[in-house]
Order: sequence, then C-alpha cells, then structure tokens
Amino acid sequence: MSAACLDIRSLSAVLPNGQRVLRSVSLSVQPGEVRALVGESGAGKTMIGKAVLGVLPPSVRIAEGDMLLEGEDLGQLQPKARRTLIGARTALIPQDPLTALNPSRRIGPQMTDRLVRILGWSDERADNRIRQLLDEVQIRDPERVLKSYPHELSGGMRQRVLIAAAFAAEPRLIVADEPTTALDVTVQKQILRLIAQLQRDHGTAILFVTHDLGVVAKISQRVSVLYAGKVVEEAETAALFAAPQHPYTRALMAATPRYTDPLASLRPVDDAVLAGLAAEIAAADQAWRRPHG
Amino acid sequence: MAEPLISVRGLKVALPDMTRKPLIGRAPLAEILKGLDFDLPKGSVTGIVGESGSGKSTLGRALVRLIEPSAGSISFEGRDISHLSEAELRPLRRDLQMIFQDPMSSLNPRRTIFSIIAAPLKQNGLGDNLKTRVAEALQRVGLPQNFAGRYRHQLSGGQRQRVGIARALALSPKFVLADEIVSGLDVSTQAQILTLLEKLAAEMGLTVAFISHDLSVIRRLCQQVIVMREGRIVEASATDALFDSPKDAYTRDLISAIPLPEIDPAWLGTLAMTKASA
Repeated sequence: MSAACLDIRSLSAVLPNGQRVLRSVSLSVQPGEVRALVGESGAGKTMIGKAVLGVLPPSVRIAEGDMLLEGEDLGQLQPKARRTLIGARTALIPQDPLTALNPSRRIGPQMTDRLVRILGWSDERADNRIRQLLDEVQIRDPERVLKSYPHELSGGMRQRVLIAAAFAAEPRLIVADEPTTALDVTVQKQILRLIAQLQRDHGTAILFVTHDLGVVAKISQRVSVLYAGKVVEEAETAALFAAPQHPYTRALMAATPRYTDPLASLRPVDDAVLAGLAAEIAAADQAWRRPHG
Repeated sequence: MAEPLISVRGLKVALPDMTRKPLIGRAPLAEILKGLDFDLPKGSVTGIVGESGSGKSTLGRALVRLIEPSAGSISFEGRDISHLSEAELRPLRRDLQMIFQDPMSSLNPRRTIFSIIAAPLKQNGLGDNLKTRVAEALQRVGLPQNFAGRYRHQLSGGQRQRVGIARALALSPKFVLADEIVSGLDVSTQAQILTLLEKLAAEMGLTVAFISHDLSVIRRLCQQVIVMREGRIVEASATDALFDSPKDAYTRDLISAIPLPEIDPAWLGTLAMTKASA
C-alpha cells in the first residue's frame, strides 16, 4: 500500500486534570478516500479533526502518538513548518457556514484571501480559480455570489461557497466537520452529492466527521466508530452496515430512526451496552496509565 | 376517525417582517401561513413536517395561541379560540401545553426542577398537594425523585427534556404541542425521549401535534402527517398512506432525501443536479 494521506497512530490527548479525551486513537485516510468518523456528542470526533489541523484548544495536550500527513511526521516539525505544511495540504469544510464566514466582508475576497496571502498566488490566478470552483459547485450566477455578503445567501449557498473554497487550493486532505448538519434534508442531499462529486474529480482524501449513520452510509468508503474518545470499531463502510461487530455500533444502528422500518428502529440503547463500554474505557485507561504514570 | 379536538379552517397568520422594517415606523407584515385547513382528531398524534421557513413552528404557536391568527379560525372542542383575549385564554392554558425544542433555554437556570414543574401547577389552581403532584410528574417521565432538588445544569440533555415533558404533562392537558423536541439530542437519547412520549401519549389519551423535520421519526410516532411548504399544506394524510404512496412531488423529494443508515450506491445519484442561484 502506498503512503497514507493521513496516518494517526495511537493518539492520546489529555485535559489539564489528566483525563483523556482521545484514547489511543489510530486511523488512516488513504489518498482519495472518504473516511467517516461517527459518534455521539462528546465522542471526540471533532477533537480528532482539530488535532489534525493543529487547532486544538490550548487546554488540550497531546500526550502520546503521531500524526503523519503524506508521510511527514507533524510532531517532528517546528511549529512554523508544521503550520505551513498543514496550510498547504489540508482544508476544512466547517459545520456552520455562517460563523465560518466574516459577516462584514464580501464573499469574493474571503475566498481568494487564502490563495493569495497564504499560498502566494497572483490575484488573477486566484480569481480564475475560484470562478472555476464556483462552477463546479453548480453556482449559476458567480458574479452575484462573489459580490454578496454572507447573510444574503441561503444556508445551502453558503455551504457551496465553503466547499468551493476548500477545494480551490487542491488540498490533499479535507476535514469535513458535520458539513450538512445545519441544512434541510433536500439541501443536505445536494451538498453531499457535490462533496462526493468534487472529491472524485479532484482525488481528494476526506476525513468526514458526522453523528449521522445515514450520512456515513452514503458518503464514505471506510468508517471509524467513536465512543468517549476511543475507536470502538473500524471497518469498510459496506462491511459495517452488513455486519456491525461492536455492541455499541449495533445499538447506534438500532437507535437510528428509519421510515422504512419504524418499529424496529428508534430502540433506546441498552444499559448493558453502556456498562460494557464503561468497562472497556476503564480497562483501556488503566492499561494506558501504567507506563504513563 | 375520532371527532376533532382542534379544527383549523382558513388559518392565516401574518407577522412583522423585520428584514423589511424601515428605520422609523412599523415593519410591514409578511404572510407566514397562507390559509390552512385541517383537523386534529382526539387522542391522535399528528406530525407536522417541513423544511426551515415552511411555517411549521408558526403553525404550532398559533395552535396554542401564543400568536393570534390574522384570518380564519381555530376551534378547540368546538369553541373558536382564534381571537380570545389573554384573560379568556387563561382557563384554557391548562389544556394547551407545549414541550419546547431546547430544554436548556426553556428551563430556568436559577430554579430547582421541583419549582419548575410546580410553577404551572400553582398558576392553574393545582397548588394543593404540590409534593405529590411533582413526584408523580417525575415518576411519569422516569426521573428519580431526588432530581426535584437539582438545577438544570446538573442534568444531561435527555434528562432536561424529560423535565420539559414532565412540566407539560403535570397539568394533564388535552393537547400537547411538541416542537422539534429531539432535534438537539443524540440518537440514543432521542430514541428514549420519543418512546417515552409515545407511551405517555397513548396512556393519557393525549392529542399531540408533533413538529419535526425528520420524517423517519414522524413515521414511527404519528398517525397522520401534514406536509408543509412555504406556508401552505402540500399534502395531509394518514401516515402509512403518505409513505406508501405520496401524492405530491415535494413529499416524494422529502422522503427520498432522507439518508437511511444502509448502503445504497444509487442514492447520491438520484437527485437531478440543477444549478443553484443566489
């Protein structure tokens, strides 16, 4: 196998009180692959995305583990070199396009800024590039969008703009953090389709963070299921849905509503499953603490 | 079908459009609901589904008379309540209860759970035996009795929503409006809250209007569904009929846009890629 686009090896992150928020997480994203990270709130899925992008909150410390971006060990680089590498090779599609955009600036300059200032492109090259991307995200009237302020666009349009911006610099890896959670279902479907289309066309690897197993099934090739900062199951997406192995994965699937099978879905998670998870986490923490004091 | 508890005829609601408000003077009115007709049969759960801006929450607020219709009528047990004054509505409030979307902002942070559940009881002349009534309300939603002394920040999201349900049901209302009550919750918690509401609605014979953007949840919980779009009813029918043979193209779009948790390679490809404009 060629080098992974992203390789996370036994990553642990701790809070100042010593509590682990990521518990020896290992996962890889192969070039051109969509890897889903699925879990409930507090599972640490966004934390992993932030660790990759080097934007963890100051209170969270990486206690152990390595992150390799296209074979380069991020931990071995000086901070400036690390930021440059991450800036050049990765991009983010955020959950809430309204807070990700500056409300007092027009869309156009916000999209070209990164290309011009960080990557050193000429204004003309940057301008041409974002127009091309706006076309790829199926925006019919790019002139108007580029001149608009964020509040003048619908949620779906704003998300299209941010997808275009993410792909514009041809990153090798995109972290998509719940990119469709704030959208209506019909718009969500269009946006998922766009992300899939651009991902295929550009051969970009995506780390796709979501709480929705339905979205996992539609967009990803492989998936890691997280609980309390620990990967409890990892599988090819098709295999996960055909035969989920971990009791928590099975419980999550049974809890997810399906209109095709209303009576078999929406099952509350069994207390025994939660007790099993608690025991699994406690055992992992104990094993980890031994060498780490 | 059972006789209607609530009957809505020609309902229109217009609200001030703040985006078009002049610097000085009143905002012009925008019509949010554009003439709705439907019945809520006694003892049934009706789903109201639509995308953002469809008017489903405005409809809910009109049903419990938090806002006054600009035209048409809302009849509760045969009596037109659409233009009753606040004083005239007061005796009806006990029967028209509401569970809110966000249990965090709908529970007072400075009051104990006991006092939150007791407040509407006192307001509605049920101030005797408060301890017993609150204890019953907690038990009904599966919360331990010692939660009465806690505050909202000591509770998880699911527990907070149970308090919201306990407060609404403590008055034994006839009608309950549930507006997106699980949209902020994890799926495992969502399943607990919905099965609780399902059980209580059946036990207490409640008439429920269940507003949601999630058709999967509606299919499980509701006997009939009203699909809304841009202030109008697109389609209204029995739940099974709506899913088995949706009549309106928009309803079909809504259903087919739900990403089911199963592998379906064709799903992403079934939507025509049309260019969007600003």
